[in-house]
This record gives sequence, C-alpha cells and structure tokens, in this order.
Amino acid sequence: MSSIWIVRDYENCSGCRRCELACSMHHEGWMWPEASRIRVFMPFPGVEVPHLCAQCDDYPCVESCPVEALSVDGGTTAVIVDEETCIGCGACAKACPGTVPYLHPRDRKATICDLCGGDPECVKVCREAGYNALRLVHEGMSGHRKLFARNPVDVAKDLAVKFFGEKGEELIV
Amino acid sequence: MTPGGYAGKWLDVDLSKDKIREVEYGDKVLEQYLGGRGLAAKVLWDKVGDKYPELDPLDPKSPLMVYTGPMTGIYPGSRICVSGKSPVSMGTVGSTAATEFANEIKEAGYDGVTFTGKADRPVYLLVTDDGAELMDAGHLWGLDGEKTLIKLNKEVTAELTKRKPNVGLWKDPGMVYIGPAGENMVRNAAVMAKICHACGYGGYGALMGSKNLKAVVAKGRGPLPKVDAPEAAKLLWRRTHQILIGRTAMRRQGTGYAGYSVGAVTSSEPIRNWQEEWHDEKSYGGPMFEHRYWVKKKWADFNCTTNCMKISCIKTGKWKGDITDMPDYELQAYCGTNFGIYDPEANIHLSALADQLGHSGINGPNTAGFAVELHQRDILKDSDFGFKPKWGDPDTFDRIMRMMANREKIGDVLAEGTYRAALKIAEMKGLKPDELLKYAVHVKGIEIGAHGTRSDADYTHDISYAANVQGGDHTSTSVDGYNDMSGAVFTDSAVFCNFTYYGVPQSLVFDFAKAITGFDINLHKWRSETGPRIVTLQRALLMLGGPDLKWTPVKDDDNPPRFYEPLPSGPYKGKTTDRKLVDEKLKAYNETLGWDERGIPTKETLKKLDLGFLEKSVSKLR
Repeated sequence: MSSIWIVRDYENCSGCRRCELACSMHHEGWMWPEASRIRVFMPFPGVEVPHLCAQCDDYPCVESCPVEALSVDGGTTAVIVDEETCIGCGACAKACPGTVPYLHPRDRKATICDLCGGDPECVKVCREAGYNALRLVHEGMSGHRKLFARNPVDVAKDLAVKFFGEKGEELIV
Repeated sequence: MTPGGYAGKWLDVDLSKDKIREVEYGDKVLEQYLGGRGLAAKVLWDKVGDKYPELDPLDPKSPLMVYTGPMTGIYPGSRICVSGKSPVSMGTVGSTAATEFANEIKEAGYDGVTFTGKADRPVYLLVTDDGAELMDAGHLWGLDGEKTLIKLNKEVTAELTKRKPNVGLWKDPGMVYIGPAGENMVRNAAVMAKICHACGYGGYGALMGSKNLKAVVAKGRGPLPKVDAPEAAKLLWRRTHQILIGRTAMRRQGTGYAGYSVGAVTSSEPIRNWQEEWHDEKSYGGPMFEHRYWVKKKWADFNCTTNCMKISCIKTGKWKGDITDMPDYELQAYCGTNFGIYDPEANIHLSALADQLGHSGINGPNTAGFAVELHQRDILKDSDFGFKPKWGDPDTFDRIMRMMANREKIGDVLAEGTYRAALKIAEMKGLKPDELLKYAVHVKGIEIGAHGTRSDADYTHDISYAANVQGGDHTSTSVDGYNDMSGAVFTDSAVFCNFTYYGVPQSLVFDFAKAITGFDINLHKWRSETGPRIVTLQRALLMLGGPDLKWTPVKDDDNPPRFYEPLPSGPYKGKTTDRKLVDEKLKAYNETLGWDERGIPTKETLKKLDLGFLEKSVSKLR
C-alpha cells in the first residue's frame, strides 16, 4: 500500500517553529503553537525535535480508541479524528509509542496530524526556508515508521550526543 | 476591548509580600508606548514619579519589568524585553533577548510581569494558563546557566505533567534566568535566555539578583493573541519571511564572520581594551570557527528564518564540552580580540564561560579588559589579582571573569562595572579619577559595544553612543540624528529582533504593526511622535539620575577619551573621532528632538508629546 509520509531530519531543524505556526494557521485559522499537529520539543537549547505522527503500520492509536473516533484515511494513510465522536479520554496518547496525540487546549479533543489532506503546510514552510528538516515522500508502508514514534526527550538524548559528543549525555536528564 | 496583539493582562508581583495581581493598561497608554522598552519606562515613572532621583536601582522598591510587545511572537523574530532603572546608567534600557519565553507568556495570557520588592528566599515565578505563582529556587541559587536551565526545564515540565497528566506530552517551558554574576549583583550582569542569549545591556541581572529572583518561567497552551486584521497579518507574515529567507549571507554566517572582518576591514574592533581597533589575524576568520566548531549551522529562535545563530561546541581538549553560539561578533570581539586573543577555541571557551556565569558578554569582558590595561599601566598590581595577568592569555581572563562573578579580590571592585570600578580603584590607589577614566570605554556607565567610531568606516560614528539614551548600547545607536535610532526604539517596544527588521522595507513593517494592533501607526508618526516620546522619557530618566550618580549634560554626552586618541595602526592609522562633528551633530540631535542645547527636554516638547507629568522634575534640570 502506497502512502505519503513526512521524513524528519532532526539535525536539520533550526527550531524556528514555523511548522507550528503554519499548521495552526491552517487548522485553527491563527497562530497557536500548542494546537499545532506538529510540535517542536526543546529539552535543551539547540536540540530541537519536531514531534508528529509517525503513521505506524498497525495504528495502535486507532485500535485503542474506545468510541471508534479514529480512522485511517484511505488516500494519505493519515489518522483522522472524528471530533464529534471523540470523548477526550486520552487513550490514543497512551497507546502511541511516542505519545504523539494530545488533547486540544480548547476542547480536549484528540489532536493528530492529518497531513493536511496530502499537502502538509509544515513541509512547505520548512522547505521554503531551505531547512528540509521535514520532507514529503510517497513510499510504501513500512515497519520502520513505527520506530520514529519515540518520546521526543529520548530522541533529544541521542541528538545531544550527536551534536555535543560526551557532553551531550549530561544535558538531557 | 484590548487592542490586537496584546494578551491584555500584565502581572504585578510584589516579592516582599508574596502578592500577585493582574493589571491592565488602557488603549491610550499602549498606543503611546506600545510595550517593552517604551511601556517599561512609562510604568517605571508611574510607580516612582518625582522621587526617581532618590531611587537606588538595587533597592527592593525598584521595579523590574519583563515585557513583551504587541508584535512579539507574531512578527518574525520573537524576543523578550527586560527593563527598569538601570544599576549602571540610572536611566532605562530596553534590553532584549530571543527566547521562547516571550511567546509562551503571551500564550499563557499575559503580556509581561512587573516585579517589585525582594523575596525573603530565592524564588522563581512560574506563569501558566492558570495564573502565576512563586516557586522556591533555593536549590537553583548558585548554579551556572546550563545547570539552571536543565533543572528548571525538567522540574517545571514534571510539575505541569503532574497537574494535568492526561493532555498528552507537555512541551518545554520558556525561561529567563540569572547566573552567579546576577545573583552576586555584578552591576552589569545579564538576564540570560536559552544557553547563550542575553538581555545584556542595562545590568538587569543585578536587579534580578537584588530581588532574590532566579528565573521567570512561562508555559502557555493558548493561541497567540488575536490581531486587528488577521488575514492581512497572515499575508504580511508570509511576505516578511520570504524577504528574510532571501538574506543569504546573514543566514549563512550570522555575525560569526565579523570577528575577522570588523578588525581587518572596517578597523573598529576592540583590541586590548581599545588600544587598537585593527588586526589582520586570519586565524580568526569565520571559516576557522565554522569548520571546526559549528555543530548546528542554522539555528533560529521562535518564528525566525534569519537563523543568524550557529552553535559552537568544543569536543576535544581541556575545554571539551563548552557550548555557545558562533560566538556572535560582539563576543568574538569582547571575549577575543579585546583580550588580545585570536584563537577561536579560546574565544569559544571564554564566551561560554561568560554565558555560564551570567555576565553580559560585552559589558563584563569590557571591565575585565579595562582591569588588565590598568595592570599594564602599573596601576593595578599582581597582588590585586593574586596572579600576573597577561594579554592574550585565556587563563587570565577565565580567572578574572570568575573573580568578578564571585566578587573575589579585585573582582569585587570590577563587579561594579567599568565606570564605577574606575572611580573605586582611583580612590584605592590615591589617583585622580580622570587618570583611570581615560581607559574606561563606556558612555553613561554602559560599556560600549564592539564597534568603534574612530575609523568612521563602521555603522557607528560621532554621536552614535554620545547621544544615545542607552549609553554604549550598540543596538540602539543614534547614527544620523534621531531617524535611524527610531528603528531600534520601535523593535524594542514592539519587541522583536533587530535582525528581522533591518532589510525588510520599513513601510511593510509598519503595515504589519497596524494589521496587528489596529493603531493609527505608520513610519512618519513613529519618527515624529511615538519614538520621540519614548526617547524623551528615557532621556529625562537618564539625566534625573540616581542617589549616587548624576550625569552632566553635554560633558557626559560624549565619547570616552579613548575614542579621541588617534588609531595607532592599520589602514585608518592616525584617524580619530571628529570632535567638531560630535559637537555639531549633538546640537542638531537635541534640536530635532525638541530638547534645549543641553539636551534637556523643553516644556513645550513635554507638552507636545503628552509627557507633561515630567515637567516638575525636568524643570529642575534646566
């Protein structure tokens, strides 16, 4: 099954967070970083980790939903939240190996990247600025994707060592 | 209804009484002063009034402002502005730094915080969507910058997760904090952000330290404030970023290539406390920093595509693990050439050390260089330092910066900043103040940024510092009378970065300001009315002075003596700042702003700018 996926090259992330601004302008109509479907974590300055749905091939979040509010889009393979049905229980966040979904600050509805229907705003602004920390690919589903569903602090621990060598091990605790 | 761009609420925190309340400011005050630098000066006056000259900036009654502005977070290049009565100049400085704290506090629903009083124990303020509270900081007191932010980040994230465990992962809070230099009230200490960003000018780190305030932390989950014309603002946001993205050299190098070029090309870089301003040390070229030390070459802060920051890290040898930015030009100069050092690795180490100690990387090292020149002139002795200081020796400056931060030996005197240290050392050694002040490179107590005026080839000239209401601050110079400075007054009051302002058509920036606030705001009005109002207020406060320090009009509206010594070397050898031009331009500057020939605002000007409340105090200066 072919699908689109956002490649994330963490070391290219400048930390500008335009992805958060572009995403929230698209989905919320205004700049709202905490309602962005992609959120940039920064456990230590310089170690910025864009955190977004990895589209696991077995979709544990969809499986976990007690009210079947989550589904997979047949075209993009993104997870779609039916906000009418969602009861804000947070089961999807707990089921996600990277704790990617979160409850929207306005109404506590599960919030997950929908790939903007196939043309993600975050990728566009990242590419425009030449960072290419986020890139769009059309590839077959793969088990590797689920490995990207990691807690951003764990990702940051690895990145810190990559950037700062041994010192990196002391920076994120 | 609150104007666009503002959350609409400020926090007033009385640290002595542990009391926090919310305050609002009316539309008129906001339109007249915007936020940040402008609003802080106004709120300071409102709190202190005609007693201003009697207020010691380090007294508990002295207010400290940590303010955003209406454009913060929305216009590219988000920053926070720290202000209050400056312990070094006795006036006010709008001292800004890039940090996510700025957008986080707005997302929490507040535009800023005003602190008064003094906590009876070390504390930090935590601001969230649910309000603000003082938290114990006993365990953070004494920690360097790196350890402070690691601990705070972890404990605040854990606390927020505990309070609201089911909303998903909590993203990191934003914060500003002080290091040991601020805690020990080193008079020119910085308020720090991230690892190496600093609200450097003004000495507000000392003000935080005097209040037992270690940090201010914010985490908000709300949107950025609503704006007056959202669709226009979104278009302007895209357009501004397109322009910034096109500035390729700035994005590639930041100011990290200037440590070589400002010395070699424009001959305006401090060398051994400004004894020279020229060098041709190719070992100090930008690529020598980039190739070996830059581990992240495109580093930006919230909503910025200029990404002038690059992260340096030393991975081998005795300074292994030191992390800072490029360093940026100012610190390449002040923690490098100013010490007689042309080794990128030593420069990165000393810059990182300044950051960790919470020194302002311009001001603290200016004082350290001043001290070593006094030793060179045989005024200070080995015994004052406890060792033999040497130009070009990283260990010398490593030790002096630590001695200043910890107030040890001569460091205790140097911790008073260059100007006051000169007076104290003169007294200690039985010398006339002028014998030391001729080596003190400051204007009105604020040590001068790393751009000299003698070659006249840099952007800084004759009255750039002499007329500046923020003294030696190189980010707010008066280049050609008032007009050019009005840009910095604007960015510091709307609170966003200079480096996302210069290079963007000013008409576009002001259209953006109008789309955000809905105010009747444009370039002409800013230059003729709003900017002059803020600068005139700042000038009045600066000249009203403090209990132990008052500047003399005209005499102190001047460059330091060193800037009139002929340049001893380089392509501009023999050149010096033109005294006649300084005098002429100062007159024109005062006239442009409606100040009398001594630079004191006239009654008519105060009335015209709606600053009538200053008349009683200012009349005493005339």
